Amino acid sequence: MTSTQDRVAAAPASIPLTRPQLPSWAPLLVAVVAVAAAALPGLLLGWGLAPMVLIAVVIFVVALPTWSSAVEGSRKAQDRLAAALVWAGFGLAMIPLGTLMWQVISNGVPVLSAEFFTYSMRNVVGEGGGIYHAIIGTVIVTACAALISVPIGVMAGVYLIEYGAGSRIARVVTFLVDVMTGIPSIVAGLFAYALFVLFFGPGVRMGIGGAVALSVLMIPIVVRSTEEMLKLVPDELREASYALGVPKWRTITKVVLPTAMAGIVTGVTLAVARVAGETAPLLIIAGDTDSVNFNAFAERMATLPVYIYYSYMQPGIPPEFGQERAWGAALVLIAIVMALNILARFISRYFAPKTGR
Amino acid sequence: MAKSIDVSNLDIYYGDFKAVEDVSMTIRARSVTAFIGPSGCGKSTFLRSLNRMHEVIPGARVEGKVVVEGQDLYGDQVDPVEVRRQIGMVFQRPNPFPTMSIYENVLAGNRLNAKKMKKSEADDIVERSLKGANLWNEVKDRLGKPGMGLSGGQQQRLCIARAIAVEPQVLLMDEPCSALDPISTSAIEDLIHELKSDYTIVIVTHNMQQAARVSDETGFFNLKAAGQPGHLVEFNSTQKMFANPDNESTEAYISGRFG
Repeated sequence: MTSTQDRVAAAPASIPLTRPQLPSWAPLLVAVVAVAAAALPGLLLGWGLAPMVLIAVVIFVVALPTWSSAVEGSRKAQDRLAAALVWAGFGLAMIPLGTLMWQVISNGVPVLSAEFFTYSMRNVVGEGGGIYHAIIGTVIVTACAALISVPIGVMAGVYLIEYGAGSRIARVVTFLVDVMTGIPSIVAGLFAYALFVLFFGPGVRMGIGGAVALSVLMIPIVVRSTEEMLKLVPDELREASYALGVPKWRTITKVVLPTAMAGIVTGVTLAVARVAGETAPLLIIAGDTDSVNFNAFAERMATLPVYIYYSYMQPGIPPEFGQERAWGAALVLIAIVMALNILARFISRYFAPKTGR
Repeated sequence: MAKSIDVSNLDIYYGDFKAVEDVSMTIRARSVTAFIGPSGCGKSTFLRSLNRMHEVIPGARVEGKVVVEGQDLYGDQVDPVEVRRQIGMVFQRPNPFPTMSIYENVLAGNRLNAKKMKKSEADDIVERSLKGANLWNEVKDRLGKPGMGLSGGQQQRLCIARAIAVEPQVLLMDEPCSALDPISTSAIEDLIHELKSDYTIVIVTHNMQQAARVSDETGFFNLKAAGQPGHLVEFNSTQKMFANPDNESTEAYISGRFG
């Protein structure tokens, strides 16, 4: 009897489940010490910010794993080293984004005003004027590009997955789509220009030409994302639909596409965001103008990226007003692209198949 | 409305591979016919060939005859879509449409075929089908909720409701209970008993007790050897199959001596 009790009592000790651990505030403490250790000589010797941060990171990456290996053993030390390196890499990757946002916001925000959003550049010399015409142009050109490329891209994706799967022509199309993904945007612009010159003669400038150039860039993205999303739709759903006596085309339009809708719409929105910032093709075929142009089928049409380019390269006299407007337009363009990305997230949540009770 | 099915000398191929060889049988109307046999012996393939669902797999083809009410399902003029409207199917894993509510799932067969109907008519079909599938009491207060939110057994009964909402002549079931717990299984077996009075039911199962419980007639499929096509060993009334089968290998399989 006693022996059994002894064994029960002794059992936990024989299986070691506890190990010494650093307190949860240890990384914070090491970070503070590292920053202090780097800042002290840095401030005394007058280093810049970058070397101080670098030294602080190095001290942290060395000190925390060393302390950890002394207390916790080598496995935990390796874990902490890897975690520190991953965080350092993340921080490094965020630097370009952070500085870019800072630059654009600090230069762009002072320019923003009601006039900036509601005036074109017509008859503006020096101060004043705005980007109304460029916003209208970007919206029209991108919307036309989406109108052209979404039906083509989605239908091509449907063909590749639902009809052509495994056939030679589908493989060729997939290969060509991959090649198309790599087309430089300037080449797309030249293609659209050459195409429109055939019909309208040399020197043609049209918003719709820009839309054609952008859809050359957009179609492969839409095809790819549609393809990937359709692949994710389980075959069981297609079979369930066939078993109900539903024809193939109705199965695709009523079952497969709605199931994949969230992903497809997200892909399309991201593709729009991607081409909204394209400059080179629009420079060639849409051109630039100071006036508002609502007609995509006639005359030059200003767009935000091209507006930014010309405002910065040819700011006029005195130059500072043009450059200020370029920063403001850059901020607006980034805001539009970011808004589209956020919109994509909401859309995918809205369309996602619901599983709630 | 139930119809019988006459199968004669049916061979099924996947490309060059012969999956099922020389099956002949008569599936009686308003009865439950069960197929048993080891995995890979072609019972599911055979079941799918009864409403041309195997054609979804590229390269699949059939030689022989499947006759329903004097018409060969594999005749030149036959449209597989029409066949499937008459011969419904329930699959191994429940597969309600994720984008649709319970209500829409039941009506999927009618709606997807673009049948115009009044709201009251649609409500009738939904209520009748869900009652037919023994699901009405559990879901009547949440018909607008997504079909994916139901439990596995409820989802499978929803799929049965969806299949019977289009009022087929025959209902094929491919291991309908293999993904379900015993209580859901028993609910579905009860349901099969009730559906028998209106439909011809063909069920594939790995569970021999289930075959013995629900079916009137049983077919035993087997392979001669690995890589050989599956064939029908014996087709008899369930009572005879489980009490005193004609074929030795049937007895060996049923009594658990192999397979």
